[in-house]
Amino acid sequence: MSDAHVQGNTLPRELEKATLEGRNKILGFWLFLGAETVLFGSLFATFLALRDSVMDGPAESELFKLSMVAVATFILLTSSLTSVMAIQAMHRHNLKSLMQWLIVTVVLGFAFLGLEIYEFKEYVHEGHGFTTSAFSSAFYTLVGFHGAHVVFGVVWISIIIGQLRTRGLNVVTAPKVYVAGLYWHFVDLVWVFIFTVVYLMGKVG
Amino acid sequence: MAHAHAVKRYRGLMDWLTTVDHKKIGILYLIGGGFFFLVGGIEAILIRIQLAKPELSFLPAHTFNELITMHGTTMIFFAAMPLIFAFMNAVVPLQIGARDVAFPFVNALSYWLFLFGGIVLNISWFFSAVPAAGWTGYVPLSGPEYGTFGVNFYVMGLQVAGIGTLIGGINFLVTIINMRAPGMSFMRMPLFSWTAFLTSALILFAFPAITVGLVLLMFDRLFGANFFNIDLGGNVVLWQHLFWIFGHPEVYILILPAFGIISEVISTFSSKRLFGYSSMVFATVLIGFLGFMVWAHHMFTVGMGAVANALFAVATMLIAIPTGIKIFNWIFTMWGGHIRFTTASLFAMGFIPTFVMGGVTGVMLGAAPADYQFHDSYFVVAHFHYVIVGGLVLGLFAGAFYWWPKMFGRILNERMGIWTFVLFFTGFHLTFFIQHILGLQGMPRRVFTYMGGQGWDTSNLVSTIGAILMGLGTILFLVNAIITASKPKNAPADPWDGRTLEWAISSPPPEYNFKQLPLVRGLDALFVEKSEGHKAMTPAEPVGPIHMPSPSLIPIVFSVGLLIASLGFMYANQPFSNEFIASLFKNHVIAIAGLALTFGCMVVRSIKDDHGYHIEVEELEKEGVHQ
Amino acid sequence: MKRWNVAGRMALLIAGIALLLTGCGGALDPEGSVAKDQLKLINLSFFIMLTVMVVVFGLFFYVIIRFRKRKGQTGYPKQIEGSHKLEIIWTAIPFLLIMVIAVTTVMMTFEQDKPADESKAIKVQVIGHQFWWEFYYPDYDIRTAQDLVLPTGSWVNAELTSSDVIHSFWIPQLAGKLDANPGLKRNLAFQTSDQVKVYLGKCAELCGDGHALMDFKTVVKSPEDFNAWVEKMKAPAPESTTAAEIAGQEIFSKTAQCLTCHAVTSDAPGKGPNLAGFASRETVGGFRPNNDEWLAKWIHNPEEVKPGATMPGFDFLTDQETDDLIAYLRTLK
Repeated sequence: MSDAHVQGNTLPRELEKATLEGRNKILGFWLFLGAETVLFGSLFATFLALRDSVMDGPAESELFKLSMVAVATFILLTSSLTSVMAIQAMHRHNLKSLMQWLIVTVVLGFAFLGLEIYEFKEYVHEGHGFTTSAFSSAFYTLVGFHGAHVVFGVVWISIIIGQLRTRGLNVVTAPKVYVAGLYWHFVDLVWVFIFTVVYLMGKVG
Repeated sequence: MAHAHAVKRYRGLMDWLTTVDHKKIGILYLIGGGFFFLVGGIEAILIRIQLAKPELSFLPAHTFNELITMHGTTMIFFAAMPLIFAFMNAVVPLQIGARDVAFPFVNALSYWLFLFGGIVLNISWFFSAVPAAGWTGYVPLSGPEYGTFGVNFYVMGLQVAGIGTLIGGINFLVTIINMRAPGMSFMRMPLFSWTAFLTSALILFAFPAITVGLVLLMFDRLFGANFFNIDLGGNVVLWQHLFWIFGHPEVYILILPAFGIISEVISTFSSKRLFGYSSMVFATVLIGFLGFMVWAHHMFTVGMGAVANALFAVATMLIAIPTGIKIFNWIFTMWGGHIRFTTASLFAMGFIPTFVMGGVTGVMLGAAPADYQFHDSYFVVAHFHYVIVGGLVLGLFAGAFYWWPKMFGRILNERMGIWTFVLFFTGFHLTFFIQHILGLQGMPRRVFTYMGGQGWDTSNLVSTIGAILMGLGTILFLVNAIITASKPKNAPADPWDGRTLEWAISSPPPEYNFKQLPLVRGLDALFVEKSEGHKAMTPAEPVGPIHMPSPSLIPIVFSVGLLIASLGFMYANQPFSNEFIASLFKNHVIAIAGLALTFGCMVVRSIKDDHGYHIEVEELEKEGVHQ
Repeated sequence: MKRWNVAGRMALLIAGIALLLTGCGGALDPEGSVAKDQLKLINLSFFIMLTVMVVVFGLFFYVIIRFRKRKGQTGYPKQIEGSHKLEIIWTAIPFLLIMVIAVTTVMMTFEQDKPADESKAIKVQVIGHQFWWEFYYPDYDIRTAQDLVLPTGSWVNAELTSSDVIHSFWIPQLAGKLDANPGLKRNLAFQTSDQVKVYLGKCAELCGDGHALMDFKTVVKSPEDFNAWVEKMKAPAPESTTAAEIAGQEIFSKTAQCLTCHAVTSDAPGKGPNLAGFASRETVGGFRPNNDEWLAKWIHNPEEVKPGATMPGFDFLTDQETDDLIAYLRTLK
């Protein structure tokens, strides 16, 4: 069905697009991100509809720890940058550099998650739990789904790092790296919206 | 067989459980969808028996509500959609000149997720906890306070099946975008593949909305969330928006493939190319696009205000225009043709006036103030059965009779087919035409009984008789399928003098579909060759080894994991007589085990690369590579 | 078979059915002005769509008869790509037809969304329950249930809400429906006609086991009778005079403890339907005739009369006790 053999003497720069299989995976993943956009869009719509239903919980403007969230945002944005560096290394066919950048990305991802878990624990302590109100349920679902996506991402990228170690960079592993990179960018983009719509707009009230 | 690497080839049951071949998956969808169609049909007959006379006590009120819920949910998600996927799988790769879909493994996964989703929903019968809040599951009736335990089966089953449908949509989009045969531009693609493409785009954008809705409902029911809890600031109308943002495109997901089938069948059996092909494509695109703009016409009576109601009313009515374009183009395809009356073409021809009737009542419903009377009455029930049964199901029957030889190598018995048509078509109109009147007379829907003396009695009885006729027609079809299965597998490659690529290869095709990918030189690729006197397609490549994907057990294991997780989450806080079992469920052990199985499958799939296997040239030169 | 015959006959049949249906009840027999307007829109859209159907059916039947494959016909017919002219025609004409319906629709939508003139309209708060309807008239401080009493020729602003799940308030002969949503209040404006009459009302949103039987009645009285009703409802609870009535009142307040849920004066709230004026109501349980036989059945086992009813059963009452209780209830005129 798909031809994994590359023509010619030199490897093409973009290994991930060298095979039909790879091109299919990339297109399929872009489409999947389209569906994920609708998914997060629905969660955002839900949050916006319910953000005023604070009930007995703390108000948004008092609750959010903006400085911590700003640090987490910086970390996640940086991890998106490091994933770009990883793809660039992949296009230079530099396996070692590729793996290093991916490892940094994963580490930053873990750091983001650590901060977020700490943040949530603080909120619960302050009376903003999952079952407190419609607003709190919407908050944790939206931000939590994003967090779950980050968890999935760091596990996924870690597994790919392992595969790169044992099998190297080739037309089969390259699309996996590329697609994981797309995913990571998407997760970061969703976070930009969360930071803006949930935290910044919530603080301003 | 000489291969570069050892390959697993299965036989018998294991072959079917591990197949990633789109043709086999199509048959699996046909059987699965067909089975649930029968289940939904029995549910319908029971409903109609209860309503045959006023104040019958054949079924208690709650059981009736369970039946209408299950009938709707099963028919839409587990009968109609899988049958659509059956034909998309069986036909699209062949029509576009491809050897399989873009992601054969994901294709298998879509199927098993559908099947297990259907199992999750329907085992509710065996647990005596059946959802009863309607297929639309409105909160708070479906919520933690007023909803019965059965709603959990609905919430879980649809999430599982929904994932399958979503990835199936992605699969067909990539297949159609990337894998058309050389020379097949988009505007040379058969209409059925076009509608498969647009349907897949609708699926991509519609299913996430209901997934979110179901997740929110699950969170409210199982984890104490407050999305729909008005005491803690929730909003009940939010569910309706999320549901219908999915729900309206869903009905276009249901009908677009039928439009595609009708285009193929009418064209073939008139021996004429489709009239106004580019208009047809454009109209279908417009219908798909507009389909996302009209969802709140299901909510005219919620009280959203005049501006919202007016906007959605006008948008709804506009969809009639591209739909009308299609109807006229079908009629003019037949104009000047040599029309053959076979079972397939009878169903397609029966579709046209029936769907028009359904469509015009749709326009009537779109006039919001009129809808204030129609909404939640039998008028709506009549409308949607006209478009879904009179539209989609007639289309599916047409597709079945048309493509059966391609899928099974045997032609269905025509005599029985015609009787199926007569029984089903007559029964259909008897059942549903009269329901328009009942609705206008004030009979609400979803009522387990009605009082006599309102002038509704005879109409309801007639409707029930019609349902029985439809049941008989369906049984006759089943008999036909079974009898045909025992006939020899000797259907010709092209029994109908077809125009599109699927008829250029044997019935059924070899495992790899095309020995050589064909060169497409125009619309109706096969007809182009026939008009120039060629017997076969011009190949676009030399004969060479063909790479095939390996079968895999992972899709079914993955789906089992989600089944286990669903039950694990549902029963987490339920009492059990056995202490040990109670503890397993209580700490979400079962739920986590199920999820671990599923995620484990993902990890294995990521790590273990599938190199597939090759079918070598020597085998290809021999006829009849095993299918 | 002549093709025009078929199409013509179908058209005649459908038009005939439409005409025949007037007098068939429900939305087809509107008496209130809002329902009358809605029927006008239904008819407009129907007749325009009927015209479309006649054209389409006519063409369709003509084509399938005229262009059947004849015996011995060989070869392929002329393959026609399409016709720009036709595409324009069958886009433009439907567009114009739709616009006709759309303009009327938009105008009526805005018209019917407006609340009725508050200085003239009767205001009623409608609260849907599983499976009965509560009506509160804020201008009179009257709370009642199941029978919505209104004067003739009057506009009404019904403010709808629900105490539990979503219900939908529908009096087909007076107006289209509007949903009664928990946590929200929405206004339905409609007008009674000058007929003194009882109209059937239904719940039109699946709300549980009792949904099918959650009927109510709209009792339209002459303005004088309506005012009399208001007076009567505001009057203090009547005295029990006969022995049976007195015994019944004992059972009501002490034995069966009915006062836990049911008030007998219209100024008091309650978990269950307010029973002031119960004896004059059209129904028992919202849909059974208000006679002693059904009342006894209801008291003994409400769930059997109406699946899903949340009122407990009192079948431990003896026949004598039941008769006495009913005698008391009959004093609540």
